[in-house]
Amino acid sequence: MATSPLEQFEIKPIIGDWVVTEDGSKYLPFHTFTNSSLFMLIAVAGVLVFLTFGMRRGAMVPGRWQSMSELSYEFVANLIKDTIGSEGRKYFPIIFTFFMFILFGNLLGMLPYSFTITSHIIVTLAMALVVFIGVTILAVAKHGLHFFSFFVPPGSPVAMWPLLIPIEIISYLSRPISLSVRLFANMLAGHTLLKVIAGFIAPLGVFGVLPFALITALTGLEILIAFLQAYVFAILTCLYINDALHLH
Amino acid sequence: MSEPEKPTSTKDFGARLQSARAKRDAAKKPREGLAGSGLGMAMRVAVELVAALMVGVAIGWGLDSWLGTKPWMLILFFLLGSAAGITNVFRAVGGFEYGAGYRKDEEQAPSEGQGDKPDGD
Repeated sequence: MATSPLEQFEIKPIIGDWVVTEDGSKYLPFHTFTNSSLFMLIAVAGVLVFLTFGMRRGAMVPGRWQSMSELSYEFVANLIKDTIGSEGRKYFPIIFTFFMFILFGNLLGMLPYSFTITSHIIVTLAMALVVFIGVTILAVAKHGLHFFSFFVPPGSPVAMWPLLIPIEIISYLSRPISLSVRLFANMLAGHTLLKVIAGFIAPLGVFGVLPFALITALTGLEILIAFLQAYVFAILTCLYINDALHLH
Repeated sequence: MSEPEKPTSTKDFGARLQSARAKRDAAKKPREGLAGSGLGMAMRVAVELVAALMVGVAIGWGLDSWLGTKPWMLILFFLLGSAAGITNVFRAVGGFEYGAGYRKDEEQAPSEGQGDKPDGD
């Protein structure tokens, strides 16, 4: 009867099935369409519908829906302007894409019986690696070999370099890890917590009101975190691009 | 030097507009800040600390199994990873923002580690 609070994160194949190897372990082939893929598609479709139908009329005085679309556009545009400046405008598409995809993925996860795509580290790590590799290529393309002088903290004595350079390199390499772990851990922890506390409601009988009140508050908090994490991902992408553009 | 000239010609309008825009952009810059809530900040800092440690341990582990120097690289890179984690947290909290590995402002923070410039400066 009692289901595990982690059951919600299970990957289930929709098209295609588990392949069982000779030693009894099973895996999903690369081309399997899973519930994760389905919810990614729903998130993308949701963003598309939200933006295209929101802007369909393009009224001078926006309605509610159009206003929300414009708000999300302006939010990211201002974020880029504030962090990167006007030269960051050409990175708007990628940042906006990440922001909307993560936001919709997070918010979709808040619906009952849905699947949270951002609660899987492979999804967030893939996105973080796109950012990390892209930013590194951008920095190398813009600054050439000068880029590598960044691992040398300016003003530090040469005797300290053997110690400081590895620290700087580790610090740089930790970017995609922190970017992905932050998003994934928040989603995983939040949703697990919701399920665990929800599990207390029925066994406590009348006193189940207490966890019920708590879960109401936590749901609000989770929605806040869904926005916050999408925002954090976007602003960190902006800051990394900003770093790559103005190294020194 | 130059007196306030009365007739502002339209000729230098473009230049003036540009300088005004540049000024505005420059003024916007420091605002970047951690606009998120304290909660977001707390999560970021914790993850920042752990992430660098994870990278350090992973590198140490990998080098160990590659070079066959069983515990030593792991120990060394564990320490370096911790240092990098602290550096990251320090940079995130102390005005450097996420310039992990990079410096934000050369003049204002003269030396690595000591650049704890006060916020209201």
